[in-house]
Amino acid sequence: MAAPKDLLYTKTHEWVRLDGDVATIGLSDYAQNELGDITFLELPEIGDAVTQSEPLGVVESVKAASDIYSPIGGEVVERNEDVVGAPELVNQSPYERAWLLKVRVADPAQIEALMTPDVYDEFAEAAAH
Amino acid sequence: MTQPESAASDRRTPLYDRHVALGARMVPFAGWTMPVQYSGIINEHRAVRNQAGLFDLGHMGQVDVSGSDALTFLQYVTTNDISTLGPGEAHYSLLPNERGGVVDDIIIYRNPDGDGFMVVINAANRDKDVAWLQQLRAARSDLNVSLADISDRTGMIAIQGPAADRITQQLTSLDLSKIPYWRWTSVELSGIVAMMARTGYTGEDGFEFYTSLDDVGPLWDALMDAGQAEGIVAVGLGARDTLRLEARMPLYGQELADDISPLEAGLGWAVKFDKGDFIGRDVIAAQKAAGVSRKAVGFKLTERGGSPRTHYPVHVDGTAVGEVTSGAMSPTLGENIGLALVSADVAGVGKPLSVIVRDKPVSAVQVKTPFYKRAK
Repeated sequence: MAAPKDLLYTKTHEWVRLDGDVATIGLSDYAQNELGDITFLELPEIGDAVTQSEPLGVVESVKAASDIYSPIGGEVVERNEDVVGAPELVNQSPYERAWLLKVRVADPAQIEALMTPDVYDEFAEAAAH
Repeated sequence: MTQPESAASDRRTPLYDRHVALGARMVPFAGWTMPVQYSGIINEHRAVRNQAGLFDLGHMGQVDVSGSDALTFLQYVTTNDISTLGPGEAHYSLLPNERGGVVDDIIIYRNPDGDGFMVVINAANRDKDVAWLQQLRAARSDLNVSLADISDRTGMIAIQGPAADRITQQLTSLDLSKIPYWRWTSVELSGIVAMMARTGYTGEDGFEFYTSLDDVGPLWDALMDAGQAEGIVAVGLGARDTLRLEARMPLYGQELADDISPLEAGLGWAVKFDKGDFIGRDVIAAQKAAGVSRKAVGFKLTERGGSPRTHYPVHVDGTAVGEVTSGAMSPTLGENIGLALVSADVAGVGKPLSVIVRDKPVSAVQVKTPFYKRAK
């Protein structure tokens, strides 16, 4: 699945969408495909601070536990309890129903470190081989 | 001169191209490149529990043991009582070391003509096992026994699941109802001659097939075609691991090791002290008399917090008592299950444990095993 055009991406396969100063964060289709059947998500609480490129939580599949890295820094203002309760949503709908967190962004200039959809598609394609 | 790493870690079975064509994710495993999953671990796992799955086991090792003293030799180097095996029968056994630990866990098949045996060993232990057996053979020059590592010319696949018998029966005139569990025989399947055993490592009914390398591809295709209407799927190493864990079958390197005794691992049923002398017998017998200090136990998590995984610490009342040997979200039960090796004084069905997941204790309770047992 090609990366949606309205999102930005990290080298660790998270996505982010910036609406004003609120960023929505999720895992890419490449990430869910690599992880396989996702069974558990450990996410920060509302009010917690997250730091760009630092682990914000953990995603577990049947095979392994992996860190999720924050694509951007800020304060968690919303958490998707649907996906915490049904982690398989990440496999089924990584860009829509399985958003993970909304974060009030501290420094919008941090998005300059992220990849555009076209660059990310090439990056993920190379990583797959 | 040492071999280049790639040559040692990239062996392919005759089914490699079929796995790639099926969309498998291929991973390095014990020197081989093997499929870890095709459609997904949970889907493959459920197919084996409900219909049927096909496994490439070409990485596993096989050793032929022949000669007039083959039985005496195997009796000495394994823990189970091989004298109970009639022609064409098989059982689970262990290769013990002198310290009462385990070199490998194995399946021994007595040849249908009664003459000689085949020992199936783990891929990761092949070189170690063969060297160990050769060393023991050299030490017992009084015995007439020959060992042959036939792994490189033996293909191995398995069909497992409630539909495995119906699917396999389509390919042969042999009445499969006459082949009980733990038996093997020569069979012709769609014109392919193979050795067929009603054995496996999933907790389901099914067969394991041993063929020439040339025949393994055609046999795979024949079983896959015959199983289409039954919903057969190819199954990778990922689901093989969750299937064997639910059935509480040990995995060498996790539940078993050079420094874990069969009694600690809960495999006392595969150790027969009254059969005569065998490697490590005195050490294991002394341990049985004194009682073991560690025990393998089954548990399930009773709160959310992630899945238990190999080497995660296990605590009771804040004190370390052991570690997880295997764990997973069970696809059949929908619960996090695991096996742990813990101090014997905290072991007991119904007793609590805490599994330390990423520095946080997650509550668990010890449960009876196997976690899953098929309806007969």
